[in-house]
Amino acid sequence: MNFAVLQFPASNRDQDAVHIIRFLGHSARFVWHKENSLGDTDAVIVPGGFSYGDYLRCGAIARFSPVMQAVKQFADNGGLVLGICNGFQILTEAGLLPGALIRNRSLQFRCEHVFLKTATTDSPFTNQIPTGKLLRVPIAHGEGCYFADAETLTRLKANRQILWQYANAQGELTDEANPNGAVENIAGICNERRNVAGMMPHPENACEEILGNTDGRFIFESLFHALKEKAGVKAA
Amino acid sequence: MAGDTRRPDMKAKIIITPKKAVLDPQGKTVQNALEHMGYKGVGAVHVGKYLEVELTGGDKEGARRQLDEACHKFLSNPVIEDYKLEIAD
Repeated sequence: MNFAVLQFPASNRDQDAVHIIRFLGHSARFVWHKENSLGDTDAVIVPGGFSYGDYLRCGAIARFSPVMQAVKQFADNGGLVLGICNGFQILTEAGLLPGALIRNRSLQFRCEHVFLKTATTDSPFTNQIPTGKLLRVPIAHGEGCYFADAETLTRLKANRQILWQYANAQGELTDEANPNGAVENIAGICNERRNVAGMMPHPENACEEILGNTDGRFIFESLFHALKEKAGVKAA
Repeated sequence: MAGDTRRPDMKAKIIITPKKAVLDPQGKTVQNALEHMGYKGVGAVHVGKYLEVELTGGDKEGARRQLDEACHKFLSNPVIEDYKLEIAD
């Protein structure tokens, strides 16, 4: 599978994303923010970082870059797009995902490991996560507090668009386990069509034994599985 | 560059504030600090942004229309923020 990993000025997890896709046996390449086309791509990763210095608002400037027009088109055609951290912020600013990410309730930049409860395995991003399995993944953000108005939240729940929620080690969605004040402990969501997802945690930093944690693999394996199925359908 | 030296004909002043329903931890923290410092009668504080945009040309209504669109599309995020736009001569 071919992954396109976007690069904006001040992206900083782009290398990690490309590394991990290759480490897991697939091909990945960087696509510069000034590109108008994604080329031959099966899936897009919008990586973490501080695109354009996070000036104005996180993701506000990146969303107007030429490459994001190509990503929009790719998503409109059903292509799989995963935004991680700053990538999640960019996708909400671009209107590809509902809601917004605001300053952490604590006003602190939080860099630590959290537990994620998977709310549904019915998505290209969660299908390989064993039922009930809590994922231990790192976060590193100052503006990861997910916000959506009541109407949007109702829609997210009705369509099962909430993919991951911050939980404690027992899998309970408590306030203490919520690192940023996100509404409903939301750590990641997908769009209604289920082909675009965003998450604040960094699964790409939790896929290697040497890092002491491989829970992030479940998310990438889900993506690979979804792409394989999609390719199978196309070929048939 | 002409743009650097020319005096602006008008100035747009844009104030962006978090929507009432949105958590504003910065505002809350500033409010708490004001209370701790002993300032009396301090209510809710909202921390936002202030932008000044220099404008050339004299078409005030045209400028307002354009900037209103820019505020909605780019300068503020309508999901979480409100804005006030004012154009001064």
